[in-house]
Amino acid sequence: MFKKILSLSLALLMIVGCLAVFASCSGKGKFKAALICLHGDNSTYDKNFIDAFKTACENKGLSKKQYSIVVDVDEKEVCYDKAAQFADDGYDIVFADSFGHEPFMLKAAQEFPEVQFCHATGTQAHSANVANYHNAFASIYEGRYLAGVAAGLKLLETYDTDNDGVITDAQAKIGYVGAWPYAEVVSGYTSFFLGVRSIVANATMEVKYTNSWYDETAEKQTALALIEDGCTLISQHADSMGAPTACDEKGIPNVSYNGSTNKNTFVIASKINWVPYFEYAIDCAMNGKKIDADWTGTIGTDSVQITALGSAAAANTQAKLDEVKAELVAGTRKVFDCSKFTVTGAKADTSKFSKAAYITMDADGHLTAYLADVDDDGSYTGETNVIKTEGGITYFAESALRSAPYFDIIIDGISIK
Amino acid sequence: MEQKDNQVTAEQKKRFELPFHIVKRSTLPLKKKILVYAIALVGSLLLSSLICWIFGDGNPLDFFAYLFKGTFGTSRKFWLLLLETAFLLGASVALIPAFKMKFWNLGGNGQILMGCLASYAFAYKLGGKMPEWVLLLLMFVSSVAAGILWAVIPAIFKAIFNTNETLFTLMMNYIAEGVVLCFFAYWIHGQDVAFPKPNGGVLPALGNNMLLTILVFFLLAGLMFVYLKYSKHGYEISVVGESVNTAKYIGIDVKKVIIRTLILSGAIAGLIGFFLIARTSAPLDKTLHNNMGFTGIMTSWLAAFNPLFMFLTCFFIAFINTGMSQVQTDFGFTNNAISKIVIGLIYFFVIACAFFINYKIVRRDDSGQKKPLKKRPQIRQRGTNK
Repeated sequence: MFKKILSLSLALLMIVGCLAVFASCSGKGKFKAALICLHGDNSTYDKNFIDAFKTACENKGLSKKQYSIVVDVDEKEVCYDKAAQFADDGYDIVFADSFGHEPFMLKAAQEFPEVQFCHATGTQAHSANVANYHNAFASIYEGRYLAGVAAGLKLLETYDTDNDGVITDAQAKIGYVGAWPYAEVVSGYTSFFLGVRSIVANATMEVKYTNSWYDETAEKQTALALIEDGCTLISQHADSMGAPTACDEKGIPNVSYNGSTNKNTFVIASKINWVPYFEYAIDCAMNGKKIDADWTGTIGTDSVQITALGSAAAANTQAKLDEVKAELVAGTRKVFDCSKFTVTGAKADTSKFSKAAYITMDADGHLTAYLADVDDDGSYTGETNVIKTEGGITYFAESALRSAPYFDIIIDGISIK
Repeated sequence: MEQKDNQVTAEQKKRFELPFHIVKRSTLPLKKKILVYAIALVGSLLLSSLICWIFGDGNPLDFFAYLFKGTFGTSRKFWLLLLETAFLLGASVALIPAFKMKFWNLGGNGQILMGCLASYAFAYKLGGKMPEWVLLLLMFVSSVAAGILWAVIPAIFKAIFNTNETLFTLMMNYIAEGVVLCFFAYWIHGQDVAFPKPNGGVLPALGNNMLLTILVFFLLAGLMFVYLKYSKHGYEISVVGESVNTAKYIGIDVKKVIIRTLILSGAIAGLIGFFLIARTSAPLDKTLHNNMGFTGIMTSWLAAFNPLFMFLTCFFIAFINTGMSQVQTDFGFTNNAISKIVIGLIYFFVIACAFFINYKIVRRDDSGQKKPLKKRPQIRQRGTNK
């Protein structure tokens, strides 16, 4: 009996082994693409990538055997292991979706020059000079600005009962749950805040960080603390449903990121649509064309999107959004228009990580020059002036010199708690 | 009257008791043990393949193909499998001397983490500023010392005050995490939001950067086997584990044995921390221990605290974990729900085996009496025949 079962299981093992060898052989020679994600599809941020990747692969005619998605890959050595495994398995292009994956993707790119490695939100491609390593981002600040406009209109609808376009300072205080104090997050909430300010001139914003991209409990607690502090509207740059849930419980309007939350307090969300980039990069890799070291999608190329309005949005929002969007696309309105914000607080900052040394401003506190940390060499020093003037508007040229955001000034009206 | 009473009790039994009961087995022959494990393993894998087939894109046979593809598919995958086995083996080796002594050390994670912290602190502060071999030596010594410190504190309290080591070691894990966060807040004076990669303190590669780690922990498991089985220390540990009073009676200094054994445990845990940092000069992270302090409990328990069997259990757990990652990707799962269910299911099947190896289930007949066992009358007959 024992011997029979032993020989049976050994035979089974051999069959399985043979199958495994066949499985690893099949599909060779065909174009293959892979995506490495920090979390699974329960994170709104990663879901956005996963859905876009599947759509792009199907649009480009790849079969299910030709693309793979690996989730829950930490920002550690394991990211390199996964990328290298895909290269070993004959994949032609490997994408990664999280900021911290960058050094590991770069390491893999140096080891496998024949495979294309594309990293979203990274900062090093333009200075690393590795031909098969690429960064990509989108000018999400345009989307956040539009979401800010919708938020401003919501505040007016709620509190401006006499229709004079003015609400009290207490009514104009909003809150923002940020993940990390990275430029990506600072750029995001500043553009959102400027959007609100374009409607409600006296708006102020309180920002709290959770120090995690995905921490449902912390995000919910932070949103509740902001509401406790008197914030009348909450937005967030973090990936869980924590903040939207808190807003739903407290009946506070919420502007989301990456997609609709389907809650009664949902106003609008902005999101990056990665389909155009995935299609572009796969196209290039398939046809042997060079992929840009830095690729920035815009609202004009549909890389930045705003969702359909939620049930909590104000009545006349859509018309206003269409108007502002048209101006952004035409370039007659700039999100980081220097005349629309002041930086006296940041200039007076004497703390350890102050940006004051890089700021040049006029008597009113408007930026006239700013040295941003565009070349990410690990020194955290600004080296490139990013203030430009075009068509009579002096503005901070975000995402123009590299795809990832570098706006990292805390402007007046925003307080970090 | 008496008969009637008996009938009532029989009826009551019938009404209230389950139709079977559980009896402790005398030791099962090795062949049968292996058979039980093989059945559980094959059963759990078949069930897992069905689950993946229902929820994913592929057929049940693909499950096995992917499982092997993810572990034996390329040489890199196989090396990574061996590396994970080696680390897990290290964690199990760190735990067993204490476990054999019935000192329930749940602080493996914290001890490993403190080892990581010590190595990282030296690599971060002194990396690139001194010869690599001096730095590596410093990292090695400090890691081992930190691991010992974290293990010996609960051991001293246990030896002197007889405090509960289970809770004590468990709580030390959280303190270790706190120490790591403190280190970050007060010592890393950068604008980084995560620990930066150190500038030096990388172990030389023997062919690749995994082989050295693999050799060290495999060798360590062999040495631990010899230490526990053939040394006087090993004998003392097993006596203290069997009965503290016996140990005292035959003149073993129990306090000394507890503290000495935990120094050994902590040193190995600290060594794991050293390798976790120095193998690739990895940035510190409070999850760097990868929960091995707890997984190690399972692998050493399944191996019945025998370091040689631990090669098998650690390899098996590493095989399932690395293989399932491939299964998840190739079946098109974009979250870890299914693979967590499957891994949990396989663990459950294998752990449940221990129950069937130690106990058997006996059916009752209709009268509520134990059904006579098949073999027992034969033995009795044989006895009477003599």
